[in-house]
Amino acid sequence: MDWLFFTEVSLAGLGGGGLYAVAGIAFVLIYKATRVVNLAIGELLMLGGYLFFGFAAGLALPHWAAILAALAVAGATGWVIERLLIRPMLGENPISVFMLTIGLGSILVGVVELIWGANPLRLPEFMPNAPLFIGEAYVSAKIATSFAVAVVVMAGFLLLFRFWRGGVALRATAADQAAAYSVGINVPRVFSLAWVIACVIAAGAGMLVGAIGGVSPTTGAFGLSVLVVVIVGGLDSVAGAVVAGILVGLIEAWAGAYLGGQYKPLATFSLLVVVLMIRPYGLFGTHEIERL
Amino acid sequence: MRIGDAKTSYAADEALLQNSDQKLGLVVLLLVLALYPFVAGPYWVYLACLVAINVASATGLNILTGFTGLVSLGQAAFMGVGAYTVAWMQIHLGTPVAVNLIAGGLTAGVVGIAVGIPSLRVKGLYLAIATIAASVILHFVFQNWTSVTGGTTGLSMPAASVFGIELDRPEELYWLIVPVACLMVLGAANLFRTRIGRAFIAIRDRDISAEVLGIPLLRYKLISFGLSSFYAGVAGGLWAYFFRVVTPESFPLVMSIFFLAAIIVGGMGSILGGILGAVFMTLVPEVLKMAVGWLAPILPDAVAVLSPVRTIVFGALIVGFLIFEPQGLAEIWRRLRRFFHLWPFRT
Repeated sequence: MDWLFFTEVSLAGLGGGGLYAVAGIAFVLIYKATRVVNLAIGELLMLGGYLFFGFAAGLALPHWAAILAALAVAGATGWVIERLLIRPMLGENPISVFMLTIGLGSILVGVVELIWGANPLRLPEFMPNAPLFIGEAYVSAKIATSFAVAVVVMAGFLLLFRFWRGGVALRATAADQAAAYSVGINVPRVFSLAWVIACVIAAGAGMLVGAIGGVSPTTGAFGLSVLVVVIVGGLDSVAGAVVAGILVGLIEAWAGAYLGGQYKPLATFSLLVVVLMIRPYGLFGTHEIERL
Repeated sequence: MRIGDAKTSYAADEALLQNSDQKLGLVVLLLVLALYPFVAGPYWVYLACLVAINVASATGLNILTGFTGLVSLGQAAFMGVGAYTVAWMQIHLGTPVAVNLIAGGLTAGVVGIAVGIPSLRVKGLYLAIATIAASVILHFVFQNWTSVTGGTTGLSMPAASVFGIELDRPEELYWLIVPVACLMVLGAANLFRTRIGRAFIAIRDRDISAEVLGIPLLRYKLISFGLSSFYAGVAGGLWAYFFRVVTPESFPLVMSIFFLAAIIVGGMGSILGGILGAVFMTLVPEVLKMAVGWLAPILPDAVAVLSPVRTIVFGALIVGFLIFEPQGLAEIWRRLRRFFHLWPFRT
């Protein structure tokens, strides 16, 4: 066994896992606050990458401005989506809402293709590129940077959730909508807030993903892996999203390195099936008891 | 206009066709289907075959999702299982078409039951995602079980032949595909007059209540998975005969989403809805293509925007129907009929 190779692969997996964890948090946030399973998460990531491309390459803004502009537009998109598409579906069968987000994903892919074309694009370089060594192991600087960003985002998110007024309102709404209403929390606004924050986080993750591998209308397939992450971690658990994100990232890297690239989806989805069979509500999810 | 039927027996109440109008309508429909290939051009016959295949598969998904309430995003993968089975049997065994189709359906049914096993513990969205997992794993099998599936190049098969007649062109295949699709739709319509079909509906409405009423949940959920995959498998077999090349990329996840969209747009839990939805969703891209053809002289890059516009329209149809018409085209159809019942008087 070549330990150096193993370490390098694991570090790369850790980096990928950080991105999965961030995208998973965006997903869990929407699910916790609004009980909507958002299958368009991959497409929202893709949108973030393209928005950055549009601002940085199309409008030639400096990179920091392009990042901020892309995040702002993504947040606005989240607000519009919530108001136009999700709000009318309040109280509907969750499966209908789930299918609605599939339709939303398709619309986003089409819009992106209409504006930027179907060919894969390379994002302008905005992250350091010098090779980085941890001990002897080589890590791509982009992956290391995105892992660092992911950790910062996660930490910031946890702090916000814990101490910010809006974060507390989010948690209250997630715990009990009726009770949140009765203590004066504006629940519909919390729903909007959840979508806005989730879209901003997803767009940020999308920029990192795009910076590593470029963006194309099929980048949304990343969402399938995110889906595995949140199911494995438990749909309503932030900690679960983080743990499962890193787990899935590692498994994907190992499968890719030792078995071959085509085994990546097989490995992650096999993990999904195993977890569903043993713990249908995920590793850290709440086990809901159904009553008649 | 007929405004109601006086039923005097339970048998009449349960009958598939309630009155002479419906019988007449069915006869007219069958006549139209029989005369269609003689009247329509080759391209329209080709489309009709495609529509019939999609109707068969969408009806199968409707049994599972619309009537039993189990969301599945694996329909295309099950079609793939059927298509590969049929192609393999046609190439290596050369068995008759009917045997191949049934074998394709049965293989897909067995795979479907295997996928459905988690359905007792896993429900709703978790199940939908489990079926995505199944379709990813099946795609992997199609790609890598080279000795049987031919790997990424797939299988190319000879033309179907029935009673010594080669079914090669769409005009000939029409006589295989459309009758089989009609039979399958008829079977599905009859299913919901039996104990099994009624049990499915009870499970959809509330599975715990259904269990309290004495419906063994696991058995009926698995039957539903099996039946729906059987339909997908036969439809996949027809698909294989129609295109004659089966590759792993023939049955992507998008195709499963297409069938789900078809039954949403058509109307879940309604046989008519499944048919209308499949017809509608198959024809929308064609209409867009024609629109592009007309617009080409005015807008020079109309052809380039066709693919993204198709994707947008596809998503917008799902979203629009879910928000504005959750009962789908079937409900629009019922509303139209109700309007004309008393026409020219207003209700």
